[in-house]
Amino acid sequence: MAVTRQDRPSGWYLAPALTFFGAFAVLPMVLVVYLSFTSWDGFGTPELSGVGNWERLMDDGRAWDSLWLTLVFMVLTWLVQTPIALLIGVWAAGRQRNRAVLSSLFFLPLLLSTAAIALLWAAVLDPNFGVTQRLPFLGDFNFLGNTELVVYTVVWVISWQYVPFHTLLYQAAARQVPQSLYEAATLDGAGRYRQFFTITLPLVKYTIITSTVLMLVGSVTTFDTILILTGGGPGTATRILPLHMYITGFSGYEFGYASAVAVLLLLLGAGLSLAVTQATGFRKMQSQQEGM
Amino acid sequence: MSDRAPLGGNSGTDGRSGAVDVRTAEAPPSPIAPVPEVPERQRRRVWKRRRGTGRPNVLAGVLATIWLIVVAVPLYFLVSASFRTRADYLSDNPLAPPPEPTLENYATVLTGDFPTYLLNTLIVTIATIAIVVALTVPAAYAVARNAGRIVQRGFSLMLVGLAIPAQAAIIPVYLMITQLRLYDTLLAIILPTAAFAMPVALLVMTNSLRDIPRELYEAQTLDGAGPFKALRHLVLPLAKPAITTVAVFTSLTAWNGFLFPLVLTQSVDTRVLTLGLWDYQGQFGTNVPALLAAVTLSVIPIFVLYLFGRRYLLSGLTAGAGK
Repeated sequence: MAVTRQDRPSGWYLAPALTFFGAFAVLPMVLVVYLSFTSWDGFGTPELSGVGNWERLMDDGRAWDSLWLTLVFMVLTWLVQTPIALLIGVWAAGRQRNRAVLSSLFFLPLLLSTAAIALLWAAVLDPNFGVTQRLPFLGDFNFLGNTELVVYTVVWVISWQYVPFHTLLYQAAARQVPQSLYEAATLDGAGRYRQFFTITLPLVKYTIITSTVLMLVGSVTTFDTILILTGGGPGTATRILPLHMYITGFSGYEFGYASAVAVLLLLLGAGLSLAVTQATGFRKMQSQQEGM
Repeated sequence: MSDRAPLGGNSGTDGRSGAVDVRTAEAPPSPIAPVPEVPERQRRRVWKRRRGTGRPNVLAGVLATIWLIVVAVPLYFLVSASFRTRADYLSDNPLAPPPEPTLENYATVLTGDFPTYLLNTLIVTIATIAIVVALTVPAAYAVARNAGRIVQRGFSLMLVGLAIPAQAAIIPVYLMITQLRLYDTLLAIILPTAAFAMPVALLVMTNSLRDIPRELYEAQTLDGAGPFKALRHLVLPLAKPAITTVAVFTSLTAWNGFLFPLVLTQSVDTRVLTLGLWDYQGQFGTNVPALLAAVTLSVIPIFVLYLFGRRYLLSGLTAGAGK
C-alpha cells in the first residue's frame, strides 16, 4: 500500500505555529516599518508624518555615532572572544581529567543571566566601593566612569559572559576532528602548533563561521548588559544602536523616530547574518554542523 | 581515515591504526630488518608518538590557568560578598573570606519581593515552554513529512525569523500589547518571548523528526493510523530528546529575558527575576551584599539543572547555534 497524501500531516499542522509567529514576530517587522513613517508619543494613535523621521535620522549625528560605536563594538568583541574561545575550546576538547574538571568551571558564567552578570560586574567595577578600587594597580582606573575606557570595559564584560558559550561550540567541533589526523601528522613530524594551524583550524572553520555570526548579531543587539552597566553612558560613550532606540522611544516618547532607528537595526542584524552566511555558504554550514 | 584497513593487534581506535598504516605504507622496506620485526617497530613508533603528544602543552596550560582566574575570581567574589555584613563589605579586603559570615543578606532578600519575582519568572518560563513545544511539535511534523509548497514556504518564513533581532520589534510589540490590553500582565511577556523562541525550536525539532526513518511512518500508515495517531504514537516518543533540548533552550530564553519584561510590564506584581535584580540595584543602594545575595539566589535553579542535567543544559544552550 502506497503512502497517500491523506496519511501525511496536512499544512494545518504548521498553521498554529505560523500564525503565532506571524502575529508576534512577522507583523511587528511590518509594523515597525510603518511606524517609522508616523509620529507617536506612545499613548495616542500613531499619525502618519511622511519621511520626517527618516530625514531626521539622516541628520542625527548621535544616531550615526551610535551606529559607528555599534560597529566598533562588534569588531572588538569578535577580536577578544574568538581567539580565547577557540584556544580554550580546543584545549578543553582533550579528554584529560584536569581539562574536564577545569572546563566545567569555565562554563559556570553560562549559568548566570545577563542581568546577573551585569550587576555582578557593576559591583566589581564600582568607582567608589568596587573590588577593583581596592586592589593595587587596577584601583588606578575608573572602568565605568572614563569615557575612553568604558567601551573596553563593556567589551570585557560581554566577553566574560559569552566566551564560555563559544568555547562550548569550539570544544564540540574540535572533538569531531578525527584523532587519526593528529597521529598521522605527529608521525610526519608536525609539531603541535603546526597541527593546530593545518588540522584543527581548517576543520573547525564552519564553527568559526557559526560562532562569528552569533557574535556579530549578538553584539549588534547587546542591550541589557549595557543598560545595567552604564545606561549608555557616561554621556553617550556606550550608547550603541539598540540603546539609542530604546532611550529615544521609551524615555523620550518619540516612538516614530525610534522606529526608524529600529528599522536600521533590523537591516543591520538581518543583513549581517545574511551576508556572513551567503559569503560562506549557508548550505554547507547546515550540512556540516560539526557535532552541534 | 577510518576506512583504511586496520592493522591487526593494534586496534585501540580505528583512527590510530589508520595513522600507523599511513606511515608504514610510505616507509621504504628496510633491507636489513627481517619482516617479522615490522610490528615491533610500529609499536615503538606508537609509543614514541604517545609520549610526544603527552608532553604537557605549556602555553595552553598557562592560558587556561589565566582564564580560570578570570572566571573564578568574580564568581568567588559574588558568593563570598553575599555572606558579608555591610560594614565588612566596605572595610575589608574584598577578596578575603568573610570574617564573620552572615545569612542576613539572604534573609533580607527572601523576606522581600524575591519570591514574587521568582514565581513570576517560573510562570513565564513554564507557559513559554508549553506554547513553544505544543506548537512546534506538530509544525515540525508537517515540515518533515509534507513536501508541499505552502508548508515549505511557511518553514522558510520562520527560518528568516532567526535573523530578526527582538530589539527591532520591541516598539510594535509594545503597541500591539497595549492595544490588546495586555500591558503589565505576565501574558504580555509570554507571547512575544514564545514567538521569538519559535524559529530555533522549529529548526531543532524538524532536524530531529527528519531523522526518523521513513519505514516507521509507513508502518504506522499500514497499521491504519492517520497523521494524528502517528504524531501521538510515533513522533512524540521519538522526539523526546529534541523536545528536551527545545524545552531547555526555551526556558533559558525565558529565564534570562529582559527586554520584553522591561518594556511590557511595570508593577511589582508582574516583575520577573531579571528586572527584580536590576531594581535591587537602586533599592539596596550601597547594600551591595544584599544585591549579590539576590544575584546568587537567582543562579541556583539553573545551577541545579547544571548539576543534574548537564547534558540537557548544554544541548539547550547550543540549540541556538544550530542556525
